[in-house]
Amino acid sequence: MQKFTTLTGIAAPMPMINVDTDMIIPKQFLKTIKRSGLGANLFDEMRFDDDGKEIDSFVLNQPAYREAEILVAGDNFGCGSSREHAPWALLDFGIRCVIAPSFADIFYNNCFKNGILPIALPQDVVDVLMKDAEKGANARISVDLEAQTVTTSDGEVVSFELDAFKKHCLLNGLDDIGLTMEKVSSIDAFESKAQAARPWA
Amino acid sequence: MSPKTLYDKIWDDHVAHEAEDGTCLLYIDRHLVHEVTSPQAFEGLRMTGRKVREPEKTIAVPDHNVPTTPGRDDPKNMTEDSAIQVAALDKNAKDFGIHYYPVSDVRQGIVHIIGPEQGWTLPGTTIVCGDSHTATHGAFGALAHGIGTSEVEHVLATQTLIQKKSKNMKVEITGKLRPGVTAKDITLSVIGETGTAGGTGYVIEYCGEAIRDLSMEGRMTVCNMAIEGGARAGLIAPDEKTFEYVKGRPHAPKGAAWEAALTYWKTLFSDDDAHWDKVLTIKGEDIAPVVTWGTSPEDVLPITGVVPSPSDFKGGKVEAAQRSLDYMGLTPGTPLSEIAIDTVFIGSCTNGRIEDLRAAAAILKGKKVKDGMRAMVVPGSGLVRAQAEEEGLADVFKDAGFEWRLAGCSMCLAMNPDQLAPQERCAATSNRNFEGRQGRGGRTHLVSPGMAAAAAITGKLTDVREMM
Repeated sequence: MQKFTTLTGIAAPMPMINVDTDMIIPKQFLKTIKRSGLGANLFDEMRFDDDGKEIDSFVLNQPAYREAEILVAGDNFGCGSSREHAPWALLDFGIRCVIAPSFADIFYNNCFKNGILPIALPQDVVDVLMKDAEKGANARISVDLEAQTVTTSDGEVVSFELDAFKKHCLLNGLDDIGLTMEKVSSIDAFESKAQAARPWA
Repeated sequence: MSPKTLYDKIWDDHVAHEAEDGTCLLYIDRHLVHEVTSPQAFEGLRMTGRKVREPEKTIAVPDHNVPTTPGRDDPKNMTEDSAIQVAALDKNAKDFGIHYYPVSDVRQGIVHIIGPEQGWTLPGTTIVCGDSHTATHGAFGALAHGIGTSEVEHVLATQTLIQKKSKNMKVEITGKLRPGVTAKDITLSVIGETGTAGGTGYVIEYCGEAIRDLSMEGRMTVCNMAIEGGARAGLIAPDEKTFEYVKGRPHAPKGAAWEAALTYWKTLFSDDDAHWDKVLTIKGEDIAPVVTWGTSPEDVLPITGVVPSPSDFKGGKVEAAQRSLDYMGLTPGTPLSEIAIDTVFIGSCTNGRIEDLRAAAAILKGKKVKDGMRAMVVPGSGLVRAQAEEEGLADVFKDAGFEWRLAGCSMCLAMNPDQLAPQERCAATSNRNFEGRQGRGGRTHLVSPGMAAAAAITGKLTDVREMM
């Protein structure tokens, strides 16, 4: 997994609540057996019309935001299905960080498996970052994972909360399975104990 | 011992390792796998030379993108990309030695319907699947939730999941339901109260007389949509109905193991003084047959209501409501019962079980689908389909003018050919009304099976109580 340390980039404003995983990557693109290539269809139904032509008003089609690496969005981002295709599509497009007042649980976890940093901040702070993002390509937002800060283009610094283990894995690009494999003796021991206590399970 | 919730008890019995910061390895008893969210996980195992740690606890079935029309066991009758995914699952199941129900097997069906049906789903177990509606299995007092593909790979390789414990939320539905009100109306009404993010960070336990009174099928409907309220999982404490449902199923314990299991299962309830981080109480008698008007499952209103106006809302919901109304092609103030419907879909892991088909058939018996409408029933599994045929329900549907399909997820997420056309309006018994969910531009109103049947007869959203 790609590490995440610091990021300074264009932030695209998406002031919508309940952006669901069907919006992020519609189901017709889930018929892949690969993780890559989904960026072309990120937000497909909002980004392209029925003929596949770009919809000019959609934020990521606007010249200022085509190279966006950060998304600033409304409450409950990523709600809906468990499809990891959602973070895969964001990553493939080039989005490494999503900032919103809250995230749906499964989407939030999926981000960390793919080197994407989801940052939850209070609504009033997201409002400030949204305003900043609306300034366009010259206004770059900075994110420092180690310091757990977001810095606006005006230099205003805000702190965010994050689980220490998730932070550690993201900072170092660690593979979860490898880490868990190191604890295989605990799993073995648990399994023996559980087998004795609940042999039917 | 300090009092515990049901969630606390199941959690405590499955922690294989706990780090100082509370990060746990939660042991997984059952891993359900389908064709859409697993290929990359198996590919990951191959690339790293890892095996499936517990193939005996891993169950696979293709359901999401399989056609529901005859001849589907021939890959030529599938789109090429769907056939590739199904073929990949065939191969992965064989190569890794996991339990498998191919489309040619009568036991094939939606993963969350066949798990309970085959007795894989047991009280007090932990169950995961690369699908958010895994919450369904919580109806048995199993801790069950959806995971992403990286986590699918993690569970395949280690039989554990890296987790931190969620908070406890109690949703109590007191008293009796009124006639015509179903489990679907309960679960939608709860989401209407909490919002789609109201359960984020929580595991919900549903309790109260109205929940206890539900059949296992109804309880599955309630827990199924816990995820639509944002919760990690939904739970209902097991009771005699649960045990009765499980007993004798192919993979349920038998003999002495059954007795031992039963003794354990009877300890699975929330203690009287257990701590709840959040509590919601709704009177059963206050719940009406509901429909959704917008593009979020929280957009719930009684069928007797009218389409709301964006000005009825606050904050980000004002703009969201306007967007929903534009997408849905609705005008504020329109009575919901005057909204004309083009299509009716009965099925899904929410409402594709035998009881759901019985409820719809009871309304449809001797009636016809309104001229010009499309109506389809997609049973949740091959066995539900067979039972419905045996009970004569299939004839009721067919005589009424419904298409009688083979089992699968179908038009719930429209990954297979069962899709809505742009602006086509559908009364659906499924779980999501998101933009484009049932087909690009398609408009979804979520309802109970009885309400779906009523809409098929009248051609508009209809109060099922008028047809009973």
